[in-house]
Order: sequence, then C-alpha cells, then structure tokens
Amino acid sequence: FPRSHATAAPLPWHLSMQCSLLKWVVLQFLFLFYRPFVCSLFPQNNSIKTSKYNFFTFLPLNLFEQFQRIANAYFLFLLILQLIPQVSSLSWFTTVVPLVLVLAVSGVKDAIDDFRSTLCDYLKGTFSCRLKDDKWMNIQVGDIIKLENNNFVTADLLLLSSSEPHSLTYIETAELDGETNLKVKQALTVTAELGENLQKLTDFNGEVKCEAPNNKLDKFTGTLTLRGEKFALDNEKMLLRGCTIRNTEWCFGLVIYAGPDTKLMQNCGKTTFKRTSIDRLMNVLVLVIFAFLALMCFILAIGNGIWEHDKGYYFQVYLPWAVGVNSAAYSGFLMFWSYVIILNTVVPISLYVSVEIIRLGNSFYIDWDRKMYYPLNDTPAQARTTTLNEELGQIKYIFSDKTGTLTQNIMAFNKCSINGKSYGTNLSVNGEAHTEKVDFSYNRLADPKFVFYDHSLVEAVKLDDAATHGFFRLLSLCHTVMPEEKKEGNLVYQAQSPDEGALVTAARNFGFVFRARTPETITVVEMGETKVYELLAILDFNNVRKRMSVIVRSPEGDLTLYCKGADTIVYELLDSSCGSLKEETMEHLNEFAGEGLRTLVVAYKNLQEDYFQEWHKRHHEASTALDGREEKLSELYEEIEKDLMLLGATAIEDKLQDGVPQTIETLTKARIKIWVLTGDKQETAVNIGYSCNMLHDDMEDVFIIEGNTSEEVLDELRTARKKMNPDSFLDSDDIIKFENPSTKSRILPEEQANGVYGLVINGHSLAYALEGNLELELVRTACLCKVVICCRVTPLQKAQVVELVKKYKKAVTLAIGDGANDVSMIKTAHIGVGISGQEGMQAVLSSDFSFAQFRYLQRLLLVHGRWSYIRMCKFLRYFFYKNFAFTLVHFWYGFFSGFSAQVGQFLCSFRCVRAACTFVGETFTLATLGGSAGCPLEWRRYGAGYIPLLTQPPFSSFLPPVSVVGTVECGLAVLHLP
Amino acid sequence: MAVNYNAKEEADGHPSGVGAPGGAGKSRKPDNTAFKQQRLPAWQPILTAGTVLPAFFIIGLIFIPIGIGIFVTSNNIREYEIDYTGTDSSSPCNKCLNVSWNSTPPCTCTINFTLNQPFETNVFMYYGLSNFYQNHRRYVKSRDDSQLNGDNSSLLHPSKECEPYSTSENKPIAPCGAIANSMFNDTLELFRIDNETRIPITLNKKGIAWWTDKNVKFRNPSGNTNNLTALFQGTTKPVNWPKPVYMLDSEADNNGFINEDFIVWMRTAALPTFRKLYRLIERKNNLQPTLQAGKYSLDITYNYPVHSFDGRKRMILSTISWMGGKNPFLGIAYITVGSICFFLGVVLLVIHHKYGNRNTSADIPN
Repeated sequence: FPRSHATAAPLPWHLSMQCSLLKWVVLQFLFLFYRPFVCSLFPQNNSIKTSKYNFFTFLPLNLFEQFQRIANAYFLFLLILQLIPQVSSLSWFTTVVPLVLVLAVSGVKDAIDDFRSTLCDYLKGTFSCRLKDDKWMNIQVGDIIKLENNNFVTADLLLLSSSEPHSLTYIETAELDGETNLKVKQALTVTAELGENLQKLTDFNGEVKCEAPNNKLDKFTGTLTLRGEKFALDNEKMLLRGCTIRNTEWCFGLVIYAGPDTKLMQNCGKTTFKRTSIDRLMNVLVLVIFAFLALMCFILAIGNGIWEHDKGYYFQVYLPWAVGVNSAAYSGFLMFWSYVIILNTVVPISLYVSVEIIRLGNSFYIDWDRKMYYPLNDTPAQARTTTLNEELGQIKYIFSDKTGTLTQNIMAFNKCSINGKSYGTNLSVNGEAHTEKVDFSYNRLADPKFVFYDHSLVEAVKLDDAATHGFFRLLSLCHTVMPEEKKEGNLVYQAQSPDEGALVTAARNFGFVFRARTPETITVVEMGETKVYELLAILDFNNVRKRMSVIVRSPEGDLTLYCKGADTIVYELLDSSCGSLKEETMEHLNEFAGEGLRTLVVAYKNLQEDYFQEWHKRHHEASTALDGREEKLSELYEEIEKDLMLLGATAIEDKLQDGVPQTIETLTKARIKIWVLTGDKQETAVNIGYSCNMLHDDMEDVFIIEGNTSEEVLDELRTARKKMNPDSFLDSDDIIKFENPSTKSRILPEEQANGVYGLVINGHSLAYALEGNLELELVRTACLCKVVICCRVTPLQKAQVVELVKKYKKAVTLAIGDGANDVSMIKTAHIGVGISGQEGMQAVLSSDFSFAQFRYLQRLLLVHGRWSYIRMCKFLRYFFYKNFAFTLVHFWYGFFSGFSAQVGQFLCSFRCVRAACTFVGETFTLATLGGSAGCPLEWRRYGAGYIPLLTQPPFSSFLPPVSVVGTVECGLAVLHLP
Repeated sequence: MAVNYNAKEEADGHPSGVGAPGGAGKSRKPDNTAFKQQRLPAWQPILTAGTVLPAFFIIGLIFIPIGIGIFVTSNNIREYEIDYTGTDSSSPCNKCLNVSWNSTPPCTCTINFTLNQPFETNVFMYYGLSNFYQNHRRYVKSRDDSQLNGDNSSLLHPSKECEPYSTSENKPIAPCGAIANSMFNDTLELFRIDNETRIPITLNKKGIAWWTDKNVKFRNPSGNTNNLTALFQGTTKPVNWPKPVYMLDSEADNNGFINEDFIVWMRTAALPTFRKLYRLIERKNNLQPTLQAGKYSLDITYNYPVHSFDGRKRMILSTISWMGGKNPFLGIAYITVGSICFFLGVVLLVIHHKYGNRNTSADIPN
C-alpha cells in the first residue's frame, strides 16, 4: 500500500512563521511502504488536542492554575498570615479547611472537564478514509489519501486524480459555507494521469510550495514542482476540510494542511474563555469588598493604636503587652493583619464555588428538560458549557444561520401556476381541505417521498393538456441536476441547489422523468415513453441574469429554448402576445410570494433552425474568445432570450422547521433582535425572512444594501438611517468621533427608529461595511432595524458581524447555527448554540448549548435563562448579605474588645449557623422552581444572635432563653467556649 | 396574546426514541420526574395588599403584647447597684483606692445603703467591673484549659498561651495565665441594719457556676490522694494571688480548680462592662421577703485595684424572673417593632384604600 510522507520534516508552523510569512514551507513527498521513525518528529498530525493535563501533571499544573485566581491566592496569603503567632487571631485550620475544599471541588471539576475533552478527541479521531484504513487523527502533511464517494474530507488536500473524466471531483461545501449545492474541483493534468495506479502514486516525487496557513476559504496559492517543471496551484485544485465528496467514485489527494492549520480550523476563531456579565460584576464586587476590608482593617488598626495608648497601656497590670510589642503603633500594625484574618469572611471565597455549583445544577436542568428533547433523532438539549446559564436570560441579539437552523433544508414543490390556472392549494373548489395525497402509482419512476395534494393537476397531466405537459417538460429539461441510478428505477438526483432538485423531482412524479444526462443529450421518460433530447446549449445562471435557459432539439426535430428565472427578470423578456396570461400569473405569483414560497417563472420559445445555427456559431466563437468572453456571452444570451412565451410559475417551499415563526414572534416580543446571517443568495434569504415572520408586509420599509463600492454602501446606509431616524444626523459629532480611531471601544447609545424596519445587506456590501470607518454606520443603521438579514456571508464575516455588535453595543449576543460555517460566529458570540442536526457535529462541538430544533431556543432563553438569572441573583444577594451580616458583627465587636481582633466567643456558633444556612440556602436555590434562595430561619437566628449583644448582658442572662432558637444558639456557644 | 408554541410530539405518551440511532432501544429522553422537570412543589409569596397588610397587623398585634409582657416582667425585677470603687473622695472606700495586691492588712471599708422596696424572691448578688477588658484577645487566650481540666502534665507544663504568666520562680503556675492571675478577690459581706444591730445575711457561695463548668470543664488534678496540697505539689501560685489555688476555700468540693468563684471568673465576659455572679441569697421562709426594705451595710475587703486603668467596681443585688435579669431593652424592642408594623399597616391600608384601585387592571401578559 502506498504510504506517503515528507522526507524533509517541516518546521512547526508557529516557529517558521517568524522566518517568513509566505511560501515558506517546502514539502517533499515520497511514498514509502512503511512509516519510518522520522514520522514521530512530525509536529503536524491531524489530531486536535484540547485536553490540558495528564495524570502526572494534573496536580501541580492545576494547583498552579488555581492559585492564579485572585481569591485562591488571597486565601493562601491568609494561611501564611495565620502561621505568624503574633498576628494569628484564628487557628490555621479555619482557613485551610475551606481552601482545601474549594481547591478540591474546582480541581475535580477541571479534571472532569479535561477528561471529557480527552474523550472528545478520541471520538473525533475515529473516522477512517485511507487506502490503508487509519484514524484520521494520524494523517500528516504529505500523506496521500484516497477518498470515496460521500467521504468527509478531513484535511486540506491537493486533488491529484479522480475517477471522473478530466479528473473532476464534485464536492458539497455545506459544512464550510452552508451551501448545499455541488461544486466542481479539477486536478492538474500532470497529476490526473496518475489515476488509480498505486505504483505510480508511490513513485510520485514532487515538491509543493504553499502559503502559510490562513483563513481564506476561497483562495489558495502555491506551486508544484515536478520533474523540474513548475505548475501553479489554486483553489480549484484544493479539497478543504469540511467538504464532502459527492458523485465521485474515488479521488486521491495530498495533504497540504492538517489539524489546526486547515482552513476550516483557521476559520473557527480562537476559543475564548467565555465569562458572563455576572462573573464580571462579581469580580468587581470582590475587588470592592477587598477595598472595604482594607478600610475596615485600617479603621480597626487605628482604633487599636489609640486604645492601646489610652487604655491598654494602663491595663497592663492585668494584661501585659505581648512580647516584642513595645508601642501602641506597632500593636496597631499587627492588629491590621489580625483583622485581615478575622474579617476575611467578608471576602466571599466560597462564592465562586457556590456559583459554580448552582450553574452546574441549572445546566443539568437544561439537559433534563423534556420540552427540549427532540424524539425524531433522540436528541436531548445539552448544556455543554456550564458557566453561562444566567447569561441566557440577558440576550439582546440573536445571530442565526438560516440553512438547517431556521429551515429544515428540505425544498418541496408546493404550488404552481400553469397557463393561468393555479394548482396546489390545499382547498378544493367547494372549500374543503384536501387531506388525501395524490396517488402517483401510475408512474413507476415516481419518488415515493414526494407529496402533493391537488388532484386536479394530475388530472390535467393525464388529460394530455398541452400547457401542462410543456410545463413539466421544461422542468425536466431546464436544469443542471445530475441523476444517479445505481439500481434500475431507483433514481437519485444530485442538485446544485435544492430548489432545482425539488422542481425536477416534481416533474418526475407528474410523469416527466429526467433519467440521464450526457454532455450532449438529456434522456427524459415522458409519460412512460423514453425520449432523448439533444442538448444544444446551456445558458447558465448567474446573479445578474437571475435565469437559466437550455436549448434542446426534441426527437421530433423541434428546436426549443426553455427558460426559468426570477419573475421580475423573465417578465421583461416575455412576448407581448401573452398579456392576459401575464396578469393572471402575476396574481398567482403574488399569492405564492405572500405565503413565503420561492417562486420561479418558466417560459419557452420555439426557435428557427437557421437563426439558431447562426446564433450557435456566434456562441461558439464567443465561448472560445480570450478576452471579454463573459460580456460577449451575456450579450448573446440577451439576444436569444426574448419574446418568450409564458408557461407558468412554480412555487417551492423551503420548509421551515416546526415552530420557527412562533418562536421568532415570541422572541421579538421579548425585545430580542434577530439577525439572520446566511451564505444563501439574497432572494432566498428574504423569502425565508418573510416566511418566518421576521419581515412582514406591514413593515414601513425593508432596506436593501447592495452597493458595490464603499461610497455606495455608505450612501445606502445613511439614506436608510435618515429615513428611520432623521434626528440621528442632527448631532453630527458621532460621525466626527468615529473617524477618530482613539474612541474605538465606546458603547453606542440605544437609538429608536420611527417605525418597524428591516434591513437586507449583501455579502460584498457587508465586506465594505465591515471595513474601518463604515462599521459604525453599519451598526447604527442595523441596530435601528428590527430585523437584519445578511446574505452571501462568509464564516469569518459572520464572526465579524457578531464582533461588531459586541464591540459597539452593551448587549449580550447569542449565535445559533448548525454547520461548520457557523463555528466562528458561535465562538465569537457571548453564547453559542449549536443545532445538532444533519450537518455534522462541528457547530455542536464548539457551542455552549446544543439542541435539535430552533424552536427550543425560546424555552432555553425565556425559561431556563430567566430562571438561572433569577436564581443566581437571589443567591448572590443572599450570599453577600450573609457575609456582611457575619463580618460586620466582628467589626462592631472590635470597638468593645479593645480592637484586639477577638472573635466574640458566642459568635463562634455563627459559623455553624452560617455553614448550615449556606448549605440549606444552596439546596433551596437548586431545588425550588422559583428559586427562593432565602433561608427564612436566617433572620431569626441572626436576630437572636444580636439580641444578647445589644443588651450587653452579664453572662447569667444567657441563661433564660429568649426563644427556642436562642437556646440552640446558647447551646452552641457553650460548646464553643474555651 | 402570546402564542406559545407547543410541538405535538412533546405531548407525554408519544412513543419515544423514534428513529433513535443505534437502535439499542435506549432512548436519551430525559426522565419525567418532578425533580428533573422542575415541577417540585414550590411556594413563593406574592406580595399583594391582601397578604402584606394582614401580615403587618398580625406582627404588630403579636409583638406588642409580647413586648409589654417582657417589659412588665423586667420592670418587676428588683435591682440595686452600688459603685464602691471609691473614686469619689467622699466615698468610704476612697482610702482603699490605691490599694495593691497582697497589701496586709487588707484595706476594708463599709458602705451603707437603703433598699426602698423588699426583694421578695431569691436574690442574686453580683460584682460588676467596668472598663475591664476581659474580652481582649490576648487576655481570653491566656489560659490552659487542659490544666484546668486536671491534666497532670499540663499542670506542670502549662501551655505557651499562658505567657507571661506560665512560670514564676522557675515553677509552673497553677492556674496559669492572665485570666487566673487577675482573679477578682474582693470580699463582700452584707448586713441588714435592724435597730443599729448588724444582722449578717447568709450568702451562699455554691451554685453560682454553670453545671457543665463545675463538673466537666474544671477538675482538680488527679492522684492517689485527696490532699490538694499534695496534688498541686511542684506548682506555684499566680503572681497576684495572696495564697495558692488549693487554699481558695475550706470545703473540699469548692477548692482548687473547682472553686466556684474561680470558675465564674474564668468564664470571660463578652464586654468590658460586665457583672459576675458572686453569691446567692436564698429566701428563708415564705413569710418574709428575702431582703426586707430597710437599711443595709456592705463590708468590703478591698483587695482588687482597678484605679490604675480607670476601672470601676460595683455590687449588684437583683432578683430574676423567667427571662433572666433586668433587661428592659428586649421588651422595648418588641414593642417598638410591633408598633412600627402596626403603624405601617395603618399607613399602607390608607394608601391602598385611597390609591390602590388604580392599576388593578394592568394586564400581565402570559
């Protein structure tokens, strides 16, 4: 078996990065039978290590890490203080016990987390896709890998050869950019001839120079030197990690980047430690408390100095000064540290642990929630990060992916309008709903999964209605779908876009089965009769044309142009003879669009033989022209695609997931702003926006930003903002400020629009808008809108958009997505949610929470988020109250005990009570639904504790109990007395 | 109205694990238990006028009577206090003001006083000290509990905490430490003056310490003899004491470490002004009050110097009730809290009555 490996070990990327930035790595590859020992020197294998510790390093490393936390270090410092006898006011174990407890709990938690991520590594690495099967974590730079159909590409590969003609390889990039259509990659001719020949592959000896790992998914530059000749390498020859091989039996690839260097991983962004705002608040509070502690100790130390000077000096008859203490000032100095020990209870050391425990509990509740369990693929919700729960209740912005998150990514042919008659409404003529599915059994090639309810369409097909036949014939001919027929009659379509797939499938079920395709012919089974159409030209789709056409010659010899495209475009090209039909169809189109369906208009044109021949010749010339090919071609297309005859319109439903509109409505009511970031094209995104209730017709306006230059985008953004909030231009200081780079991190104030607006921004415009001085304009405009839809966005742009809002708005953001293209945004947002759906586990693995359906977001945010926040707040309030109540008594007592850092002995029982109440309080917090964290006994116990003090009693008045609680208190006091 | 989406398949009883991967039949559907689904019974008070107002009134109505009861009880307690420090030059004890420990012969003084009301029940006699920091950290620490508990090795090797009162003349001090060293050693005697004759009042010196202290915490050293002198062999008396610990009392069960005066002293006071139980005066018969109204005289053997640090010494006579000694604060506190609650209740009631109907129609969305 061929094994590949580079003979010259490349330096680790990070080392070499310093040497040169580009084209710095030289890989020589040879194929050897056995992996030689030098392999072990390779730093770049394909595994991604996320675990931190091993068995031996755990204790020292973990302790080191833990003592880096301020609180832990502080208590270590306290412990040291207590070992100094003159300062020690409490016995040393009063600090050691909680400290050890805290360290142990955190340590165990770290160990479990680490163990978990070790498991993750293992699971990640168990794919196999090699000629000699191996775990894909063992793949190294320079290896040659054989991939088969539907294999997942696991490293960035240079395509060498494939089974298809011209060494084409089809890939699906859903994981990378969310697009589900197929893309084509082609190998170099020199490598293509290696074919499947293992011997040749083994002997292959070349050198690849490539750029340093980067995150540009659409760019690659490098050269291959083979037998002294140089070949340019570009992105067309690369198979990136995250793609899936489709329609290709096998292909060979050479690993260029592996593991963390792959473009996908580079796009994932840094894993940052996420903190909640409560964490930050807590840190501030703890610092304030430290300051407060220092102040208290200072006051008490001063007090001690004065006391020792005024009273203690004379009281020496009964209590001589300690050895070594010869002045009141020195005594005061020592007492400062003693009080630091005594009053340390005000610094909430256990707070961090308790907070962690509560969060863990809340996470379990998320895991256990049956209302977030999806039975169809047996997926419960999962809180993968246990530290962010309460932030869920604070979300202001949701950034959502579209494909697979809002939608199921299943297209269904739903309705159509043929020759002025609308089909597919669920209501029959007399108003009753059709519940019976159309029976397609007359067609043995029908797709059993296809569902249609309108029987009249089948009737029309069966009645040989010419327009209906023409309509479906068009659908079966005008597309770029690839058929796959592994078994006789078992057709599978590979569509570049799911819309096309849905249309061809519809035609198939109504009796126009697209069976096979060669570059020159299309085979269609029309109502059981096989016909071979000669494919003369494909006038392919692009974003400007927004239509595609085919020119075919039927077996009867008729020349026809079939065209389908966006209604606005195709309507311009229609022949004037179809005036009334145009109006009727337009009515239907509006109806379809109103329901959020994706519509296409279909039309045809019969061509004259001589005219076509002449055109065809010009077409051939244009397509081989060296310069201005694109323009020439589109001119030709324009020329022939006119005076079309309208056939009808189709309506496809991009099926939303269950409950998406309702969820979005509820979230909107909660004043959460939803931004959709999708790699899809604009029309699709806008359609989805309408169908899931984000955009609706009673919005004042939906702005579309699609400028192609920085100025255009700026202009469009300002126009939009002027309309929404004309006042925002009155104070022009904001614009001046943003041009000043020093004020970058300021938070923008909330602005109010004068109505409900939507904003749609295109990928290339977004690229301009995200640049330097435009980003502020973007944020201001976008945040005025209720709904923002960004289309044609790259994974990195998604992250940039999230980053932008994080930067300028004091808001908590949540990103939700399902594919690898969402990973960066999931990691960037304050909270990342992964939909564990069909598209692999990349998103879930980098997310903080995961579940199977978008609609569970509502429960996660509005129920669990709220509860977590309420519980945490109650707990914190209670905790601080408890600490202060306990500590301020000591402070107060200092004034009565000569500032001697004496703990009131009867107060010792407070410790027990406090410990008990802490425990009880936490249990309450976890256990009760509303989170009643208060310990009602607390007041009485503390109250009872204060009373004997306040009354300044002689010891005997301890005897009569004030209350039952008082007795307990006194009993504890007795036990504690020395 | 908010539409809360409820998916059909979430209804209970739906066959779980449809299409579960693995097909092992083990569904990952979470258990339907009250705890896991957060359906545990919980209660949270919702504060409305209907609950808060009655609560205020009930608290008021309960606390005011309790407070009155406590206050009356406290007021019925008879208490008489004399300061005998002698700082005032007219005081009989002024001559003893600068007395030192161990002065021989001891300085004595007599103070006459009159009780205007009879003390009906058992009377507790206290001595009180002011400005005496028995609660100072170094003072509180300065003792050896195991020595006091009769541990023989601690007896001869007192704990370091006792410094600088752990050894004297190279002998271990028993009992060691500053607390023991500073033990109150005035002697107080009480006489009723009846027609110019001084009738001594019996002062009971036993039963003044806590039972746990007398029987558990404090023990004399053990040995094969009952002779305390022998048991304390090898130790020396605290510096300030005139006589060693085994000569505190003539009775064997009130001598040595288990001397009750000593035990009472060793239980340090929480505050710098404190009183400690000195003697008990028991009611003799039911016909006469324990202490009749009339003239009394207090004979003081003034040994304990407090003037150097501005301390004060007092003698207190007091009866007790079920709630302990005289303590007007508690009753006042109850009455105050109760009154405030009642008052607030009235104020809130008025506010509620006048303005309360304004936003009852506020729609709380579901």
